[in-house]
Amino acid sequence: MKILKNFAKRMFSLFFRKKKEISLGFYGPPNAGKTSLANKICKDWTGEDLGTVSNIPHETRNVQFKEEVEIKYKEKSLKFKLVDTPGIATKVDYEDFMKKRMKMNKKEAQKRAKEATKGIIESIQWLDDMDAVIVVVDASINPYSQVNVTIVGNLVARKIPVLIVANKIDLKKADVKKVEAAFPEYDVVGISAKSGKNINEFYESVFKLAKKA
Amino acid sequence: MAKKKNKKAGSNGLTLQFMPFSEIAKLNSLDRIKKLLKIILNNKVVVLQGRLKADEETRLIEDTMIMVGNISGFKGVELAVISQDAGEIGKFQKLKFGLAKALTGAHNSLTIIGPATIIKEMKKDPKKLEMMIR
Repeated sequence: MKILKNFAKRMFSLFFRKKKEISLGFYGPPNAGKTSLANKICKDWTGEDLGTVSNIPHETRNVQFKEEVEIKYKEKSLKFKLVDTPGIATKVDYEDFMKKRMKMNKKEAQKRAKEATKGIIESIQWLDDMDAVIVVVDASINPYSQVNVTIVGNLVARKIPVLIVANKIDLKKADVKKVEAAFPEYDVVGISAKSGKNINEFYESVFKLAKKA
Repeated sequence: MAKKKNKKAGSNGLTLQFMPFSEIAKLNSLDRIKKLLKIILNNKVVVLQGRLKADEETRLIEDTMIMVGNISGFKGVELAVISQDAGEIGKFQKLKFGLAKALTGAHNSLTIIGPATIIKEMKKDPKKLEMMIR
């Protein structure tokens, strides 16, 4: 009787699990290209964008998501809830937003900094709601930052499957091998969310990741 | 809510406070973070033997962000952990470190945390850690 019960339970969960959409989070430091990548996926499969992109750090200051995004790869399809999160940082200085590239006045800069700090807290609080996470890092800068290590460490501790995306491979300074060396135990895929370079390899990796979720 | 003032923010000089892991070993996560942030708010850089747990590191970031919004002059922290790369040691050594970690905490690591008003940047690569002061 117990065996039958367990079998029925397993079949039930298997059936419903396949129907469920997978919550796929985009995490990483500010300006790594999380929203660009989420937009690229949304554009490819729904024709719409998910969020706005800018060169100014902390452009995404609220968690934003798109549900029912169906991705197809090699005649298979999976439904995802894409969750784009604000970049995680250990410091936020409003004076940085007043520097020449950003040209914000003090009031605007302070407002942005306040929203950025709230966004970071929100990002961390959403971690538990993820079935799988893509950690987006900028392949043109040093990957050994503590923020990257802390995010990946947390995902491992919460048993959430991780894929590391080395973004911005269109830039001359990009070094995917360095990212692979920094995270030897994880799948790393190099892409350019901006140009779409290597996007098929990325979708293949997303399907592999979804299997672990 | 009135903003608290970080009186010492912006003062010159660098003070390193070395902390053996035993100082925080018996504390719960909340108290560990409180203790570290209290030192950082006094404009000191903590060099901790060992490292925090993964969830404690994110809790530290969360608490730091709350403080950025409430303590005038506080801009956050710079944080870096250096540890022996598990890939570079043999199986017996791994077992030995694993056992030591279980018994005493991760003592083959070193955590450096300091206020962002003092530390400009910490550059890390597999073999070295550089701390740039403002």
